[in-house]
Amino acid sequence: MPIKKTQVREIAWLARLAIEDEAMAGYAKDMADILALVEQMQAVDTSAVEPLAHPLEIAAQLRPDSVNEENRREDFQQTAPQTRDGFYIVPRFVE
Amino acid sequence: MSGYTLAELSRLLRERAISSTEIVKSCLERAERHNGALNCFISLFPEHALEQAKAADSIIAAGKAGPLTGIPVAHKDIFCTAGFKTSCASKMLDSFIAPYQATAMAKLDAAGTVMIGKTNMDEFAMGSSNENSFYGPVSNPWDTERVPGGSSGGSACAVSARIVPAATATDTGGSIRQPAALCGVTGLKPTYGRVSRYGMIAYASSLDQGGPIAQTAQDAAMLLGSMSGFDPKDATSADVRVDNYLDALNNDIRGLKIGVPREYFTPELEQPISDAVTAALSLLEQAGASVIDVELPHTDLSIPVYYVIASAECSSNLSRYDGVRFGHRCPEPKDINDLFCRSRGEGFGDEVKRRIMIGTYVLSEGYYDAYYLKAQRLRRVLRDEFRAALDLVDVIVTPTSPTTAFPLGSRIGDPVSMYLSDIFTVSVNLAGLPAISIPAGFSAGLPIGMQIIGNYFQEARLLNVAHQYQQMTDWHKRIPGGWQL
Amino acid sequence: MKWESVIGLELHVQLATRSKIFSGAANRFGESPNTLACAVDLGLPGVLPVANEEVIRMAVMFGLAVDASIAGQSVFARKNYFYPDLPKGYQISQYELPIVSAGRVQIQVDGTTREIGITRAHLEEDAGKSVHEGFTGSTGIDLNRAGAPLIEIVSEPDLRSAGEAVALMKKIHALVRYLEISDGNMQEGSFRCDANVSIRPAGESGLGTRTETKNINSFRFVEQAINYEIDRQIGLVEAGQEVIQETRLFDPDRNETRPMRGKEEANDYRYFPDPDLPPVVIDNDYIESVRRQLPELPEQKQQRFMETYGLSEYDSSYLVANRETADYYEAAVVAAPEQPKLVANTVMGVLSASLNRENLDIKDSKVSADKVGNLVIRIADGTISNKIGKQVFESLWEGGGDVDDIIEKQGLKQVTDSSEIGRLVDEVIAGNEAQVQQYRNAAPEKRGKMIGYFVGQVMKKSKGKANPKQVNLLLAEKLEK
Repeated sequence: MPIKKTQVREIAWLARLAIEDEAMAGYAKDMADILALVEQMQAVDTSAVEPLAHPLEIAAQLRPDSVNEENRREDFQQTAPQTRDGFYIVPRFVE
Repeated sequence: MSGYTLAELSRLLRERAISSTEIVKSCLERAERHNGALNCFISLFPEHALEQAKAADSIIAAGKAGPLTGIPVAHKDIFCTAGFKTSCASKMLDSFIAPYQATAMAKLDAAGTVMIGKTNMDEFAMGSSNENSFYGPVSNPWDTERVPGGSSGGSACAVSARIVPAATATDTGGSIRQPAALCGVTGLKPTYGRVSRYGMIAYASSLDQGGPIAQTAQDAAMLLGSMSGFDPKDATSADVRVDNYLDALNNDIRGLKIGVPREYFTPELEQPISDAVTAALSLLEQAGASVIDVELPHTDLSIPVYYVIASAECSSNLSRYDGVRFGHRCPEPKDINDLFCRSRGEGFGDEVKRRIMIGTYVLSEGYYDAYYLKAQRLRRVLRDEFRAALDLVDVIVTPTSPTTAFPLGSRIGDPVSMYLSDIFTVSVNLAGLPAISIPAGFSAGLPIGMQIIGNYFQEARLLNVAHQYQQMTDWHKRIPGGWQL
Repeated sequence: MKWESVIGLELHVQLATRSKIFSGAANRFGESPNTLACAVDLGLPGVLPVANEEVIRMAVMFGLAVDASIAGQSVFARKNYFYPDLPKGYQISQYELPIVSAGRVQIQVDGTTREIGITRAHLEEDAGKSVHEGFTGSTGIDLNRAGAPLIEIVSEPDLRSAGEAVALMKKIHALVRYLEISDGNMQEGSFRCDANVSIRPAGESGLGTRTETKNINSFRFVEQAINYEIDRQIGLVEAGQEVIQETRLFDPDRNETRPMRGKEEANDYRYFPDPDLPPVVIDNDYIESVRRQLPELPEQKQQRFMETYGLSEYDSSYLVANRETADYYEAAVVAAPEQPKLVANTVMGVLSASLNRENLDIKDSKVSADKVGNLVIRIADGTISNKIGKQVFESLWEGGGDVDDIIEKQGLKQVTDSSEIGRLVDEVIAGNEAQVQQYRNAAPEKRGKMIGYFVGQVMKKSKGKANPKQVNLLLAEKLEK
């Protein structure tokens, strides 16, 4: 199944990935190849099969409602690209 | 003292024939000497390692040592190690110092192991050759022009070249077993949920599982015993008792029922590998096991199913790398979306971007049912086939990889051919089963790996069979030349 | 043409747990930025979510309270989108298998009762906050709220007016507070409303194009926003234009809604089951154990108030509208068990007026419930009149103290001694000769009205303490002479 460059662009935007124009064709080809591989799945009728999301099909382990984390802002913000007055800083945007 | 197994070192340490400091010094020396050629480490922590070794030595002196006290290990750079760089071999996390400790790391710390350094890998564990690393490819110690396998190439390489006696690794579609096979070492992927994923940077959450790479099954058993166990911080971790893996090693394998799926002996499988597995099966039969055929008819679909599920999960798991709170941020973003797009575009390598794109696509509106849901249905089909087979036999034996180590650069331009190197390993992750790869021969001087797959939480059985095989063979004792001890 | 509006609400209710929905960080409001955001809330590499059991209990409790079905297996899913205050690039929510579905509640508007369907209620994590003020050219991100537990309650499009929408919102607000699963604090964003509004020609059953007005945080604004939307949509359609399906924001300063900027593009959220979180499995035993924890709900309480205390439908519905008022009322009745009706009047009258005047919640009332009870007893036993009762209440409100002490110290005891009242009546008759003459000359049927003047004079002389009934009787008797 061929993938168009516009599709690559749309997916890249959904995934927020900047992709150079000259790389578009390469992505389109690789994606088409991978999707052709994936297309093999359609050969099997699975209409009677339930999807399997977790290999063990276990129930969730729940956590008691207690506070066991303390303020570690300083540690966490040490590796942050930009902070001020305890806030993470990003370019201004409109909501 | 390099070349000793973990079990031997453990004994020598407790006999006080040697100190942890001596062992660790020797490891560090070898790491520094050979890393230029092998590139198996992203980071080495000599000061920290020597401190830990010193502490271990006093514990040993006080007579309070456990079997792993003072044993040097290397950790795949996917595990968060508090206060140390944790990069996942990505430019995105090149400057990331983990502010917390992964559960598996904390457990190994508590057992007294010494962290030598962090090993190289495919970026975010995506790859089968260790060529997708921001820090450059890793070489195979058996032939430096060849790949070590991936994604845990650094860990397998470091153990193979006897730089460390053992290392941690992770396996999403074969990332422990395939590099173990290609490097001639022993690698165990435990049952999904056996080892906590907390602090193990996620690639595909429903498939990822941490485990050990070591020289022998016995060493793997020692490490696994300490890494395993229920973790309240991981909702997918299994609340199942951890067996005493060492006790089970010497169980008799007479009467063991081994299943062999004919679907795995495809034309793509190199003949010497097929021959080696057949020979290994004969040996196990001589030891009293019986071999019967089992059917895993949809094996050929495991690669497409795997790539849909793994890519979908990765596309979401990697959304957190947005340049806001940690990781790479592009220079001078002009607005918020520019910050997102360029930080991610610059921070991720090609293969990671490719999988994010595929994953985004298969989850997007209009494609979800045909791809993602379809793959999940087939995942059940594949799992049920394994279950049915394991109702008939105790373990299933297959080759680990269809080929031995391939030349660096030979597949990197063709993602699909690269993906097919995982054909024998991915279905085990889809089913969540445990499997081990052990050395089973050589072809043109390159190691061959044999995979043993067991039932859920039957790691003890796998290690038992592997250990018994290693009592009858010496493939695992062969050491690549050129990395003098 | 006559138009009908079709309205459905989505209510986002923050649950009052100690810790967050998937982490052990404190679930609190108003702290210094990012001090309550732990590794899990920040979405650091390698962290994993683990669901808070209390959140599950609260959701089940809500489900039972609205007569809904509780899913034996509910699934957390990821809603994928990029936003600076959404740390992981996805929000953990519930999509295909929510924990609560197919419930209903009753609302009363203008004396009629309507049943409104609750489509579903699902659990999700809140995002952080973007702060624009105080940053030039940039925005500050505070993730303290990231991971706060929310239950999103979605109604069927059963509502037909802004008034009904507000009634539903108030109903749910009362319910979550009755259940003690949320503080319902709208200023702090614990209770927010999105309103889906469309119009259609009256009598038709198809649905028009709807708009979604997001994040409205007061009852009044919901009413204004919906009414504005209805008028706007009718205006558009009548002018031959079309309503565009879009997300809008309500601007309370201008009393209008306008399209939300920045989110105009159609989003593809790529929902899929969160692989980090196995399904939440709930069995019947658990559901029954939660059912046993259910408090008495507003409708049951109202029924009981009407039966036990003989209250009217209006009074009882007023008193049960929120749990604090109902509890206060009942505590006051404990102190004055013989006078439930008088207690209701006092709570709905002077107490309510004083609370409104000072903008206080009933839980912060300056007069405790047992004092209201004591006060009612003194009115009922004739120690003081109703009017003096108000005066005593004001004293309690302003300075505290004890009911009987205030009556004693301020000499407010009602005069019931008939010779004392007789003396005052005589004084008034003696001092108002002209009026007395007029009264006596008047036709008997007009006298009833005229006597009021003399009662007023006597009460004034007694400083309000004379028993008005006795005054009436004595005056009527003496004026006849």
